[in-house]
Amino acid sequence: MDVLTLSRIQFGATIAFHYIYPPLSIGLGIMLVLMEGLWLKTGNTIYHQTSRFWTRVFALTFAIGVATGIVMEFEFGTNWATYSRFVGDVFGSALAAEGIFAFFLESGFLAVLLFGWDRVGPRMHFFSTCMVCLGAHFSAVWIVVANSWMQTPAGYHIVGEGMKARAEVTDFWQVVFNPSMVDRLSHTICGAWQTGAFLVISISAWYLLKKKHTAFAHASLRIGFIVALVAALLQIITGDSSARGVAKNQPAKLAGFEGLYNTTSNAPLVLLGYVDEKNQKIVGIEAPDLLTWLVYREPNGVVTGLNDIPPADRPPVSASFLFFHGMVGIGFALLAIAGLGCFYLWRGIIADKRWFLWILVFSVLGPELANQMGWFAAEVGRQPWLVWHELRTPEGLSAVVQANVVLTSLILFTLIYFLLFAVFIYLLNDKIQHGPHEDDLIPSGKLALPDELLHHKKP
Amino acid sequence: MNLDLNTIWFVLVGVLFTGYAMLDGFDLGIGALHLFTNKDEERRLMLNSIGPVWDGNEVWLVTGGGALFAAFPNVYATAFSGFYLALILLLVALIFRAVAIEFRSKQPMRWWRQTWDIGFSVGSILSALLIGVALGNIAWGVPVDANGEFAGTFLGLLAPYPLLVGVTTVALFMMHGAIYGVMKTEGELHDKLRVWAMRCIIFFVICAVTLTMATLLYVPHMAARVRENPWLFSVALANMLAIANIPREFHHGNDGKAFLSSCATIATLMALFALNIFPNMIYSRPDPEHSLTIYNAASSPKTLGIMLVIACIGVPVVIAYTVCIYWIFRGKVKIDRVSY
Repeated sequence: MDVLTLSRIQFGATIAFHYIYPPLSIGLGIMLVLMEGLWLKTGNTIYHQTSRFWTRVFALTFAIGVATGIVMEFEFGTNWATYSRFVGDVFGSALAAEGIFAFFLESGFLAVLLFGWDRVGPRMHFFSTCMVCLGAHFSAVWIVVANSWMQTPAGYHIVGEGMKARAEVTDFWQVVFNPSMVDRLSHTICGAWQTGAFLVISISAWYLLKKKHTAFAHASLRIGFIVALVAALLQIITGDSSARGVAKNQPAKLAGFEGLYNTTSNAPLVLLGYVDEKNQKIVGIEAPDLLTWLVYREPNGVVTGLNDIPPADRPPVSASFLFFHGMVGIGFALLAIAGLGCFYLWRGIIADKRWFLWILVFSVLGPELANQMGWFAAEVGRQPWLVWHELRTPEGLSAVVQANVVLTSLILFTLIYFLLFAVFIYLLNDKIQHGPHEDDLIPSGKLALPDELLHHKKP
Repeated sequence: MNLDLNTIWFVLVGVLFTGYAMLDGFDLGIGALHLFTNKDEERRLMLNSIGPVWDGNEVWLVTGGGALFAAFPNVYATAFSGFYLALILLLVALIFRAVAIEFRSKQPMRWWRQTWDIGFSVGSILSALLIGVALGNIAWGVPVDANGEFAGTFLGLLAPYPLLVGVTTVALFMMHGAIYGVMKTEGELHDKLRVWAMRCIIFFVICAVTLTMATLLYVPHMAARVRENPWLFSVALANMLAIANIPREFHHGNDGKAFLSSCATIATLMALFALNIFPNMIYSRPDPEHSLTIYNAASSPKTLGIMLVIACIGVPVVIAYTVCIYWIFRGKVKIDRVSY
């Protein structure tokens, strides 16, 4: 294989593996804030127990997220040096801002979140939990700013020619609020909330099935389902808004998502099917006019098809189509699960619905898969561009790196990541089997003051 | 030398990497010393002495890398693609180290803990060595072609001088870590660490003297600025005094001051390094005219200005809460149920 293919596989594989974890950190971060907040507000120690247990799970996901995240920062330089020179002026700032505003906040207060239970008072601990959660969200903000700029570049001009050409910032706020940034950020964050919520739901459902830790499981499920439902509903709004943005800013990408070859008004939306690339048509079930309506909110708007895009500028159609539709399908399934779960919880009969609990046990795979497919759709759909209409993917490669060297690192990363994943699953399973500690129902150290806190009295 | 944005960013990137060396330096040093004891209790104590802070310390490297990317993209691109295999090894070392800290005490089996202990220790030593070798290569000079691309090989990076810098870095971090360990522990482990710290100090002094001689003899350009501006010799003098003060304070039992002296040693070493490479960021050997400097490798003045605003907002806040967190976790380390 050539160095381009190997570098693309390596970047794709390392970022896909990395992206298993940040959504868990962001989503669990929200769950921890809600649980600890409820504990401080109500003084109900079940919420103290849930906070403690989910913090231990959070620590596990966070550790692998950090360890695999450094790889990403290095890979821009190691494998994509020409790209780094081209975008450094714009892209580098977002990355540096992520370090200063997000990573320090996250890792600093993580110390208090994990190790400070007996060292600081309840309010300081809650503050730290909020800061870790905020840091995780800031991190999403800056990395999505950087990635969105590659999708819809703005606020820059090109200086120099040929090998020396590069993008320079003309307006920082236009770079930050580039046309797709707000849509993509909100969509990504909702996806992360769903991931965290469904991890909590999956593990809690397992306890209900095994009839263990039922009070703990019910408390966790309540918070989990509320977040899951809210995020799933918001996801429809952000998803719709994102797709309309794609239609406007990256028509070739939308055509790839929908496998639409002929430019047309009254374009149909494919509900289920696949792309027959040879005959340039869709095989499957289509909803007439719906795509046009979704883009323009009226049926007569014209949606650009792939045939009006130069062949050299078209994304891989089948892959874009598959990832995009996979993501959308899972999204609606998650909405249904969250809605039904809330209903059963409200009726108080969730523990009796064993078939549903079994679905819930595996439900965390839903948002994880949807996150992966969504990002694959976004990045595959951007091809053949690395920076939209400015830099093609092969042009961004490092000039001095040989294929055998990339193959070496690819094999190394593959082995290590398989090992890491195995250890992660092993330890996660171990934590699940151990379950929440009973002594966490009695807060200790400086936290052992729920009554005083409840009545706002100083001890 | 006038104070323009490029110079300010040269200094700021230097400050971030110096912060990294001072903070993660003791983490890596503790890691390097980890296998010196085979008692599980003592290994846990050492691990937990850095437990709450190692992750934040590593962020200095990530942010330093980000700042280098943003302020000097050509340097970032040339160095990272040129040092490809070395950086992949560094990543592997850092990954193993990070997850070993998190995983080791999660299971009681002896083979489990022994495996992660080795991962933690080897990862720490290898990280320190590779960081040192990278600095050594920047000091020695690396082949760069007319397009600003690295023109050497991986094995070419392992020349004697860079390796000497690498070993010196390991010695420096081991000394730094041992002194930190002395501050954070008590009882039997404290006494052991005190003995190790004295040995590490001797090891470091031998390395430092050898490195200084080697630099003066074989890498004369790394002393050129100080030679031309004799008043800068004060930095070298400060470095020497800082090193000499470490065993002195240590002997008197002022462990905290010994640690500060060790920090000062790192800071003055980095200052000497920066003063002598300035304004180059990658010195090209054998064609010095291909060197990447803070001017031909920098981002636009507009970006450097924006980044300066970001740094002015972010850095003081970061320093403020970093100090708070070190304050919260002050005192001797104890094992409790949230420990690693």
